[in-house]
Amino acid sequence: MTTQLDRPPVIAPGYNYRSVAEKISAIVLGGVPRHWYFGFAVSFLGFMLFLFAVSVLLVQGVGVWGVDIPVAWGFAIVNFVWWVGIGHAGTLISAILLLLRQTWRTSINRFAEAMTLFAVACAATYPVLHLGRPYFAYWLAPYPNTMGLWPQFRSPLVWDFFAITTYGTISLLFWYIGLIPDMATLRDRAKRKLAQVIFGFLSMGWRGSAKHWRRYEQTYYLMAAIATPLVVSVHTVVSFDFAVAIVPGWHSTIFPPYFVAGAIFSGFAMVLTLAIPLRFFYGLKDFITMRHLQNMALVMLVAGMIVGYGYMMEAFTAWYSGNLYEMYVQSNRALGPYAPFYWLMLTCNVLIPQLIWFRPIRNSTIALWVISLIVNVGMWLERFVIVVTSLHRDFVPSAWGYYAPTVWDIATFVGTIGLFFMLLFLFIRFLPVISIFEMRELLTRPDVKEQRA
Amino acid sequence: MPQIFHRSTNTFSRVSIFGAVFIAASLLGVAGLIVRSPYLTNVGVPISQPVPFSHQHHVRDDGIDCRYCHTSVETSSFAGIPSTQICMNCHSQIWTNAPLLQPVRDSWATGKPLEWNRVNDLPDFVYFNHSAHVTKGIGCVSCHGRIDQMQLTAKAESLQMEWCVNCHMKPEDFVRPKEFVFSMDWQPTESQATLGPRLVQVYQIQSKISCSTCHR
Amino acid sequence: MRKDEFNPELHNRLVTAESTQHSALSTQHSYWRSLDELADTPEFREWLHREFPRGAAVWEESQSVSRRQFLKLMGASMMLAGLSACNFGPPNEKIVPYVRQPEDLVLGKPLYYTSAFSLSGYATGLLVESHTGRPIKVEGNPDHPSSLGATDAFAQASVLSLYDPDRSQTVVHNQSRSDWDSFVREFRAALDPIRGRQGAGLRILAETVNSPTLAEQLQTVLTQMPSAKWHQYEPINRDNVRAGATLAFGQDVETVYHLDKADVILALDADFLSCGGGTLRYAREFATRRDPQNMNRLYAAEPTLTLTGAKADHRFMVRASEIESFARTVARVLSVDVGGVQNFALTKRMNGLIRDLQAHRGSSLVMAGDYQPPVVHALAHAMNDALGNVGSTLEYREPIHASAVDQMQSLRDLVADIDANKVELLIILGGNPAYSAPADLGFADRLSKVANRVHLSLYSDETSAVCNWHVNAAHYLEAWSDARGHDGTTTILQPLIAPLYGGKSAHELLALITSAAEQSAHDIVRAFWQKKNGPSSGSTTLSTGFDAFWRKALNDGVIANSSARPKSVTLNRDVFKQAQTQTPVSNPPSLEIVFRPDPTLYDGQFANNAWLQELPKPLTKITWDNVALIAPALAQRMNLDNNDVVELKYQNRTVRAPVWLMPGQADNTVVVQLGYGRTRAGKVGDERGYNAYLIRNSNAPWFDVGVEMRKVGDDYALATTQRHQTIEGRNVMRAGTLKEFRANQNFVREMDEHHGGEIIYPEYKYDGYKWGMAINMSACVGCNACVVACQAENNIPVVGKSEVLRDRKMHWLRVDAYYKGTPDEPEAHFQPVPCMHCETAPCEVVCPVAATTHSSEGLNEMTYNRCIGTRYCSNNCPYKVRRFNFFQYTDYETPVLKLLNNPDVTVRSRGVMEKCTYCVQRINRARITAEREGRRIREGEVVTACQAACPTEAIIFGDLNDANSRVVKLKASPLNYAMLAELNTRPRTTYLAELRNLNPEIKDE
Repeated sequence: MTTQLDRPPVIAPGYNYRSVAEKISAIVLGGVPRHWYFGFAVSFLGFMLFLFAVSVLLVQGVGVWGVDIPVAWGFAIVNFVWWVGIGHAGTLISAILLLLRQTWRTSINRFAEAMTLFAVACAATYPVLHLGRPYFAYWLAPYPNTMGLWPQFRSPLVWDFFAITTYGTISLLFWYIGLIPDMATLRDRAKRKLAQVIFGFLSMGWRGSAKHWRRYEQTYYLMAAIATPLVVSVHTVVSFDFAVAIVPGWHSTIFPPYFVAGAIFSGFAMVLTLAIPLRFFYGLKDFITMRHLQNMALVMLVAGMIVGYGYMMEAFTAWYSGNLYEMYVQSNRALGPYAPFYWLMLTCNVLIPQLIWFRPIRNSTIALWVISLIVNVGMWLERFVIVVTSLHRDFVPSAWGYYAPTVWDIATFVGTIGLFFMLLFLFIRFLPVISIFEMRELLTRPDVKEQRA
Repeated sequence: MPQIFHRSTNTFSRVSIFGAVFIAASLLGVAGLIVRSPYLTNVGVPISQPVPFSHQHHVRDDGIDCRYCHTSVETSSFAGIPSTQICMNCHSQIWTNAPLLQPVRDSWATGKPLEWNRVNDLPDFVYFNHSAHVTKGIGCVSCHGRIDQMQLTAKAESLQMEWCVNCHMKPEDFVRPKEFVFSMDWQPTESQATLGPRLVQVYQIQSKISCSTCHR
Repeated sequence: MRKDEFNPELHNRLVTAESTQHSALSTQHSYWRSLDELADTPEFREWLHREFPRGAAVWEESQSVSRRQFLKLMGASMMLAGLSACNFGPPNEKIVPYVRQPEDLVLGKPLYYTSAFSLSGYATGLLVESHTGRPIKVEGNPDHPSSLGATDAFAQASVLSLYDPDRSQTVVHNQSRSDWDSFVREFRAALDPIRGRQGAGLRILAETVNSPTLAEQLQTVLTQMPSAKWHQYEPINRDNVRAGATLAFGQDVETVYHLDKADVILALDADFLSCGGGTLRYAREFATRRDPQNMNRLYAAEPTLTLTGAKADHRFMVRASEIESFARTVARVLSVDVGGVQNFALTKRMNGLIRDLQAHRGSSLVMAGDYQPPVVHALAHAMNDALGNVGSTLEYREPIHASAVDQMQSLRDLVADIDANKVELLIILGGNPAYSAPADLGFADRLSKVANRVHLSLYSDETSAVCNWHVNAAHYLEAWSDARGHDGTTTILQPLIAPLYGGKSAHELLALITSAAEQSAHDIVRAFWQKKNGPSSGSTTLSTGFDAFWRKALNDGVIANSSARPKSVTLNRDVFKQAQTQTPVSNPPSLEIVFRPDPTLYDGQFANNAWLQELPKPLTKITWDNVALIAPALAQRMNLDNNDVVELKYQNRTVRAPVWLMPGQADNTVVVQLGYGRTRAGKVGDERGYNAYLIRNSNAPWFDVGVEMRKVGDDYALATTQRHQTIEGRNVMRAGTLKEFRANQNFVREMDEHHGGEIIYPEYKYDGYKWGMAINMSACVGCNACVVACQAENNIPVVGKSEVLRDRKMHWLRVDAYYKGTPDEPEAHFQPVPCMHCETAPCEVVCPVAATTHSSEGLNEMTYNRCIGTRYCSNNCPYKVRRFNFFQYTDYETPVLKLLNNPDVTVRSRGVMEKCTYCVQRINRARITAEREGRRIREGEVVTACQAACPTEAIIFGDLNDANSRVVKLKASPLNYAMLAELNTRPRTTYLAELRNLNPEIKDE
């Protein structure tokens, strides 16, 4: 396959089982580089900011945020959707690409999954925190209570509750199962007793017997099969929060696919944002090769164009519907008080990614990294545009209003970013960021062999 | 390389993995029971009062009608707690110097009201109307239990929402002839299954389960 | 409604009982109170610090008022202590029964007492709802001619003033706490020498006196001490009306209008729909004639848009100073001899108006506004005379005010006497002259020249500050008195509660002068009426003699045939021959300043009433501030925009005010509202807006040319509740003309977007009641009474300016004001918007916890205690009628304010959604009563708070299953439409489109 040949390999030449294992496990078992401490410290500060912002919120009430009537949802929901979207790439890479036998997924799936978990963790805080009375959030769960009441199952928020919890659980299990063999490797390589005990405990007595491997494969592929529909379902359900409402600019059938595409878009952007520094700082260029980066860039390009199509269709259907309110929302987005956000969104999500068409850009890690950052910003803006511009001028002109975030909105958002990176740094420090055994397995695969020959 | 874990660990881990599910489930179940237990609902727990008033004595032994003291039970949301005056109507004649009644006499003399401790307390976002229930054939006993057998007054029912809704959904299971509303020991002469629906018809009781029936 | 006689002795007991009573009655909500307690314990604070140092720090640093501290603790306590809605453990409540229970009191049931609310000398009859001795709500007294069952926003808000913690609570002597007894002692001491001098040096400054008893007391003082003087001053008075009548008839008369009889009405700067005596009745009469079958036509000539102008079919934008010329011109054509005057340009529109008036002799009406000079009033009298309207659309009666005088002159005299050191003891009965007197009189500064200055008032205000004695007054709901309505009908005011802060009434103060022994207001008032009605039969039976009269008077709320006697007057036709009294149009016209009472604070006496402060001004929707209104054209010329601060210079006095662009305002006119810029109003009212009295001049109290306006450059944030006053081509607010309607009955319905009307859920069958509401926009005059009534009935909190600025107002019912047409000829429309109670409510399906649901009677219910605050329902409400407690808005800290709460409505906590409930507590009360009596609820038995207050019966509520109910009849009208019907929400609240009755002759112009 010539096309294969002229593309960079999924793993650099000159590696054998031992060297792969050593290189990766060294990150965990070896000494801690200075830049890790620096990065962790910074993100930890962010986390502290998060705690502070949340304390203020809980003590003073949701009024400390910028939300009002008519714009009763603000940053909280914007950030929620943004984080959930980011989560998607992980599941997509690890589950779908696994089932599709994509060799290039191997070295990135592990931390992509981790990223998913942490993103979902960040996302999950918002639906609770944005409540007027967060301490009653458990009323969303159906359980036999003394009030003799159930949740209201017609409400998308209840579906959301299930979607997110399922997604979180599955992602966690999938990630953990993938980790078991590597835990065993680390257990065996660990020198200190404590490390041995911990990794030993986590590896659940993995001995690497044929039986273990068979069971493992079954489970792992089964989990992949279960996780695959989630990639689509979760963000579809999230989109229902908007699509089911009658608010002009929300009430649209295009939302589910449009949201899923957006999620993958932002997800891959975030993976790139993380992968590029990671391979740089930990010298993983040989494992996370240009091949990976380029593939992800291409996925990003495609997803980005689907999202662009989404924007087009929104505008078109608004015009085609002839519905006064829909048409107004569209024109208000483009020309109203929040127009800058709209145009910036289009630039970030539709224009900039087009650069990926060009090979030089694809070959430049810096360029890809910058683009990925821009896309992340763009996707955040998209959610802002959807939530705020739709709400602030809906049906009855007398009720029109504005939305402006407060310092606590921003602090909470920055805080969750801190939380996200703190978890990520802990993960890099204490778990193998790349699946050791899968990389080894990779060495044996004919197509890869042929490439490296 | 020596083994890190003892062999038994395998068993432990297997048990704990499978056990986890059942443990979690049973914990939830227990929680459910505790929430409904007298420990939290106070059902049957007598509350101490400034005067150890005995409903048993006044209702069963003396045969005083509920409405003699709870004057507005048929006309108002609030059943009415007897004023000192009502106590003194009798106790200026009998037991005039029983030490137990000293607080009552003090109140009468000083004009300072007695302070009773609430027994049946609904959250304040719940609007209960005594007259609506009493005039529709719901007996005192249905909610307050055999008050005539209580030395010290105690809560008879949990008063939790599911308990209220239970009756609001199926009033026919609890309705009784109006003339027996204040009777403590009334027993249906025919089966409630036939009596209930008939009374619901006669009294035109709609099962009101809209939220605003109780929450405004 | 039951009406009972007030029994003072009983109520004193009720009040004393009250403090301990409410737990048993759950007038307050102990669940919250327990949190309150928790949050207030030192342990908790300490623990909060330990657990939550940063949070605690934030709470302490936060600049917000003390009320706010609780909301933070509230959140903290709930969150950290992890409390939940169900209160476990033994109840922490006490039940505190009466020692002796009052006979006519059934706990849990309200009682209603008659009383009356007076403003600027005109009373409105009331029924006051009392729960165990706490007056919490007023309704209009249907038997009172000035009320007919309706109330205005001021009366509705007066209950809040009653409980206002900022009210003065003691007698103050030289700014230090004192008491009534020592006051009495020193007062008598100061009085004795004066008494010896026949009262020389004694001055009494009262507001307009409409209490017969008080009037007689004052007369007694004057007879006892002939040299004493009784002055009257009130910033908003009827000097012009009185002088106008005197000019026309040589004597003062009280003009009573019958708008229901008028086919054509010309209002010369007369805002009869928003204030003045009898406004409620006039609004009702006006509204009855807005129905298409028999529609009247209203012309208004005014300098700035008023509620009357907004309802007018044709509006003439005339500067205040040119109204006279306008009137003269019209009058001349109506063959009134107005002497030689230079004419106002007689336009085609005016010809149309004049011909319309001529065409309706005997059924037309010309009204002159209180702000217009006497000659305009005289002209109005002359025109009505020429049109033969006297006796049909208006009648003249004996003046109802005791010895009415020119108040401005009266104040000038007082000032002169003070300067001449003739005043030794000055008694100021109510009012706040130090604040409200025209600046040129320098009243406040002069006061200090008087040796003894006594001020009786509700608040220790600006005047109290410059008096050496301040006596805390009793609120009108706390004291006995009497008052006369616009037609003279007299009501006896009975107290609903013993004075909360031991206040005294003017009667009791004056009694100190007239009699040796102290007298209670009750005895004074009763004695007065006894004397008037001859001695009591003495028999103890209540059926005969004075006791019967007294009981009946209290029960009815009006004294039978006490209205002023009709008066026949003869018009002096020569008065107009004299030349124009007013400055002719200067060319180029110089800038004109116009003073107006504030629409919600009136003359400033309500400055500390948070309900009225936060009540949106009817036309601008601004809250918490007053502005300087200017025409858009002028704004353009001076490059001004909303919120720009300008400096107004008039007679060498200046104030700074934010401007607001007002469509329909005469060019070169700046309108300023009185009532703001208070400095000693209280926590709520201090330092808000600017004080227009500072540039008011006693020679031109209402308007004058020659004001300079200059842009300062600063920007001032104004909190408006409606940022957008145009309709954006949407058909949510529909209106048309009578002509259109006659041409096509269904023109309103045809505005509907097509919609299928199918729903996926099965249709629900309402076999019991089916509540619905119809709002007639032709009748609605935008007076805001409904908004305050709703607030009072439903324990709706006030959020403050900063929160209004952040779009967090809490009013369940809002009155939208929309403008159409050009800035010069704006068409203004009012649309009250409560919850629509949609059949297929979008809010219900999206709530994850079923906190908002549909009742078996079709109400869209909001269950606060189930709400977790996702606010999804509000997003999905196309009408945006839902309100959210972003903070702990309800004040749990001020005990006295707890007494104000309606015990039948849950007090909401932080973090829950709330909205209009169709006053479900009233529905439930009626239903339970009906069920007890084994019958259906009768038509008119359930009246929502907004409906009850509405002077024009624009809001009608009732059972849609009852074919004879008024609401069903209204909804059958072809004018009836549902807002946003195309969304298939099927609102239970529908609207009747507004019709205007245009004069074809003018419209075709």
